[in-house]
Amino acid sequence: MSSNPTTQLPYRKKSLWMNAWKRLTKNRMAMLGLGIISLFIFAAIFADYIAPYRYDEQHLDKIFQFPNKEFLLGTDQNGRDILSRIIYGARISLQVGFISVAISAVLGCGLGSVAGYYGDKIDNVIMRVMDVLMAIPNVLLAIVIATTLGPGLQNLMIAVGISSVPSFARLIRASILSVKGQEFVEAARLVGCSDARIIFRHLIPNVLAPIIVQITLSMALSILAASTLSFLGLGIQPPIPEWGAMLSSGRMYIMDYWYLVTFPGIAIAIIILALNLLGDGLRDALDPRMKK
Amino acid sequence: MDKILKISNLKIQYCTDDAVVYAVNGVNLELERGKSLGLVGETGAGKTTTALGIMNLLPDPQGKYIDGKIYFNGEDIIKQSIQTMRKIRGNKISMIFQDPMTSLNPIMTVGDQVSEVIRLHQKVSRSEATIKSQQMLELVGIPGERYSEYPHQFSGGMKQRVVIAIALACNPELLIADEPTTALDVTIQAQVLELMEKLKKEFNTSLIMITHDLGVVAEMCDKVAIMYCGEIVEYGTLRDIYKGAQHPYTIGLFESIPDLDTKVSRLKPIRGLVPDPSELPPTCKFANRCSKVTEECTKADPLVINVGGIHTVKCHYAKVVD
Repeated sequence: MSSNPTTQLPYRKKSLWMNAWKRLTKNRMAMLGLGIISLFIFAAIFADYIAPYRYDEQHLDKIFQFPNKEFLLGTDQNGRDILSRIIYGARISLQVGFISVAISAVLGCGLGSVAGYYGDKIDNVIMRVMDVLMAIPNVLLAIVIATTLGPGLQNLMIAVGISSVPSFARLIRASILSVKGQEFVEAARLVGCSDARIIFRHLIPNVLAPIIVQITLSMALSILAASTLSFLGLGIQPPIPEWGAMLSSGRMYIMDYWYLVTFPGIAIAIIILALNLLGDGLRDALDPRMKK
Repeated sequence: MDKILKISNLKIQYCTDDAVVYAVNGVNLELERGKSLGLVGETGAGKTTTALGIMNLLPDPQGKYIDGKIYFNGEDIIKQSIQTMRKIRGNKISMIFQDPMTSLNPIMTVGDQVSEVIRLHQKVSRSEATIKSQQMLELVGIPGERYSEYPHQFSGGMKQRVVIAIALACNPELLIADEPTTALDVTIQAQVLELMEKLKKEFNTSLIMITHDLGVVAEMCDKVAIMYCGEIVEYGTLRDIYKGAQHPYTIGLFESIPDLDTKVSRLKPIRGLVPDPSELPPTCKFANRCSKVTEECTKADPLVINVGGIHTVKCHYAKVVD
């Protein structure tokens, strides 16, 4: 090969992630979302130092307190500080949100892309199983899995994760189908790429946008689904706080003490909003064609 | 001379639920190392299918090899395992697609796409592959600084250069160019062809040029095969075909090119349409469009007649020249 003196030094190449990060930092809303999420994660990790009380500390003489100086967001029916419980609750809720979505995203991506790429029989088998799972309502499915596995945080995350695998698999299969007919996939095969390489290096990066949107949306749903399970006694056991469980236990007093449900609800709303902002920004940042 | 590729009696069919499409019907071809062959024919003549057949990448599950052998360096491609084929593709045999706009991955930098091929086939480190792919890019006339740019930041001609860089990155022995200039405008066509010509000489690569542009063939190739309905109707050196074409189809192709010197108000097309490839006549496939058709043509399939040198014609009325 002819070597040109100007090419002796390798040109410093910028990685996809560095570029994406650069674009992301320029998106204010996404950074706001990232900031809020980091704040929640920080609070969850350092809950022991930040929270004014322990999550199970009861002040039985001060139940149903309206927000005041002593209890910034009030107290619940057992006289526990709502602010502290929200801060501790972030631990469980965020874990459940992230990990269960990670489970469903990984499984769903794997199954969906294999089904979409190979088509034919493999596709049929995988998608029919997914259809069966989809025929059962999400929460019901999660209940079945959770009952089989037994209560506990880990099983809760598995149950919630598995119950949303089918929607991921469907979405990714459809996206892969639309991309795989394009010529660059054939070109990749022509240069000797293996199937696995084509799926992971060429196809999945091309369908990241819908995956990210689905991840941010199902993160919210997972937190709620987890709380449903907790409410049924299949998830987190009291007194460990969790946002969804706080909502459902405060629900009984909503007419007289609205702040019992409002603040955990706001916490969920804020984290979901932040996730959506970040997801939107990520989707734009990861698509090189959006570069201005 | 040492033959890099020898195709004998290749038959490929596409089997769909309600019809069998006879895409390639007994093609014989030979290509010497470092030489180039032009494969000319109209849309649907089986040119691309032949090329995909050489790559052992027929559309799955419809495409099927029915008969014939494809020897690449003496080994039958059809019998190779998937793993061996994967090592051959992109390494020993490369292919350039028609449309550079769609044959690059839109979300990978062009540099990464070049180095991917290098890393797939050569045991080099990431940084060595980067250097090498940069050299490749520079070789096809793209500045190395554009390594981390994405395909959408390049023009059509530049993208085709990237595609050529990918195809030649591993220094293949055989390059199949499937209408490499069809999607480009004329000025860029010339540049790309020139580049391919130059690189072909530099790397001593053999070339199969698939096109319907006889002008491109005249410029690039040593030998020409004219395809019609999955058969090679005429085969010979450039001179044989351009000066002494015998098959009525070849003559028709030349006549349909407008002449610059004489003023014509209408082009002269070959009348009629290509027969349905799922219902090919057992006789001469060109008979229904041929201007010199006789009764014999609709009765028997013509044999391939050698009319002198390597020049062969598949027509009842081919005449031996001396």
